[in-house]
Amino acid sequence: MDQRPTWAARIVQALVAGTGVAVFVAAWQAYAVLGPLEPDVLPSPARIAEAGWADRESLARNIWPTMVEVGLGFGVAVLAAFVVSVLLDRWRPARRAVLPLLIGSQTVPIIVLAPLVVIWFGFGLGPKVAIVALVTFFPVVVALLDGYATTDRTLTTLLETVGAGWWRRFRLLRLPSALPVFFTGVRVSVTYAVVAAVFAEYAGAESGLAVYLRAAQSSRRTDLVLAAVVVISVVSVALYVSTVLLQRRVMPWYADSRRSQR
Amino acid sequence: MTPPPRVAVRDLRFAFGSRLVLDGVTVDVMPGEFVSVVAASGAGKSTMFGVLTGALTASSGTVSIDGTVGVGDRPFGWLPQGDTLVPWRTVERNVALGLEASGQSARTARTHARRLLAEFGLADVGGAHPHQLSGGMRQRVGFARTVALGRDTLLLDEPFGALDALTRTDLQMWLLRLWEQRRWTILLITHDIREAVLMSDRVYVMSARPMAVTACVTVDLDRPRTPDMVLGRDAAAIEAQILAALRE
Repeated sequence: MDQRPTWAARIVQALVAGTGVAVFVAAWQAYAVLGPLEPDVLPSPARIAEAGWADRESLARNIWPTMVEVGLGFGVAVLAAFVVSVLLDRWRPARRAVLPLLIGSQTVPIIVLAPLVVIWFGFGLGPKVAIVALVTFFPVVVALLDGYATTDRTLTTLLETVGAGWWRRFRLLRLPSALPVFFTGVRVSVTYAVVAAVFAEYAGAESGLAVYLRAAQSSRRTDLVLAAVVVISVVSVALYVSTVLLQRRVMPWYADSRRSQR
Repeated sequence: MTPPPRVAVRDLRFAFGSRLVLDGVTVDVMPGEFVSVVAASGAGKSTMFGVLTGALTASSGTVSIDGTVGVGDRPFGWLPQGDTLVPWRTVERNVALGLEASGQSARTARTHARRLLAEFGLADVGGAHPHQLSGGMRQRVGFARTVALGRDTLLLDEPFGALDALTRTDLQMWLLRLWEQRRWTILLITHDIREAVLMSDRVYVMSARPMAVTACVTVDLDRPRTPDMVLGRDAAAIEAQILAALRE
């Protein structure tokens, strides 16, 4: 009955997953050292790591504001997505009215929007949080709405026959049914969050990874630019992994029940 | 004087668009009686249950359970076809689901569910999740959820349909023993003639598309029933009678 993979199997899985990254880094290193490009143009991974480590204090100082923007923006997005999804689920006609607006909001490029938001709301934390929230809101709200739609019709009828009104059906059936799809949306969405925050900072900020990137670029420090890119990737992957862990905590039955269906 | 039927389906007609599914179906179930409806797959049995549970509205005809006609007020426990336990709840909390849906607090519902599982010999699996159980166990739990509401009338839609032959026999006996103690009024849908004979007091045989009653066969076998009874000559004669009515 317990079909969880063993620790040995997990280590093998992790090794396989790490192989792709290792091959990529090795190839880059070889090309950067042996190839025709100057180290200033294409620094090797070793040099990026070295430069990044040497500049760690400045990097760390600039990660923090970006993380705050990501945390607040994403938190606002999930909260808003939940409230909006509940309202749209409760009043179907509203769904028809609001969905085009939501989809429309996704077609506005952040590159265009970020400077506008700065013009409207200034250089503070607010506009960055707003942009992160705007970018990450949509996948979560769509996931929730799709998740509610996966609710079993027969069970809905069953609950109706014992006198459950909308709220009880929602709480006991629709919301738990939506959780798997919700977490898929959260995973997709959270990987955009850091990039969105950096974009927002590009439009105007006093500190943050974009400020760091801009300074590195204007002094042609490609190694530091790429070190910051690595940091952004690592943070995004860490956020992704933490949502996976959160999902396991919130719905421990899910992975097991999927395995046993195979 | 005979008491009024617990379940009364009167001249029920139902159409999906222009396609007639139920063509004047009349079915009675007396208090404490075990009645089966036998028809081919896709004949319209589940549609009839849809009208009984209130999910569908009949074109004409009436349905009453315990004398109650109103859709929301008809008192019944319903076991829908297929696997309808929710994967995110333990067995105990699955059994409690209907009670919580009817307005009980989670705590009261769980206490009740735990007691019921113990009575049904399912106490060991209370903490397990549905995917950890066999198909037969899941159906037992589904049945426990159905009776948890404490209603006397049970509507069972092919509860043994997806099970292998051995498990099915086990489960049929398990259900019969419980029924003998509790004397629920049961209306069972099945496409398995032998199952209908083994379990029921009476069997309604239905034509397919549109569905209408072609015969009502009384199963005159002793109680308590045992699996080998269906191998006897009396049972074989009843089976033949049902089969003939199905082929009409």
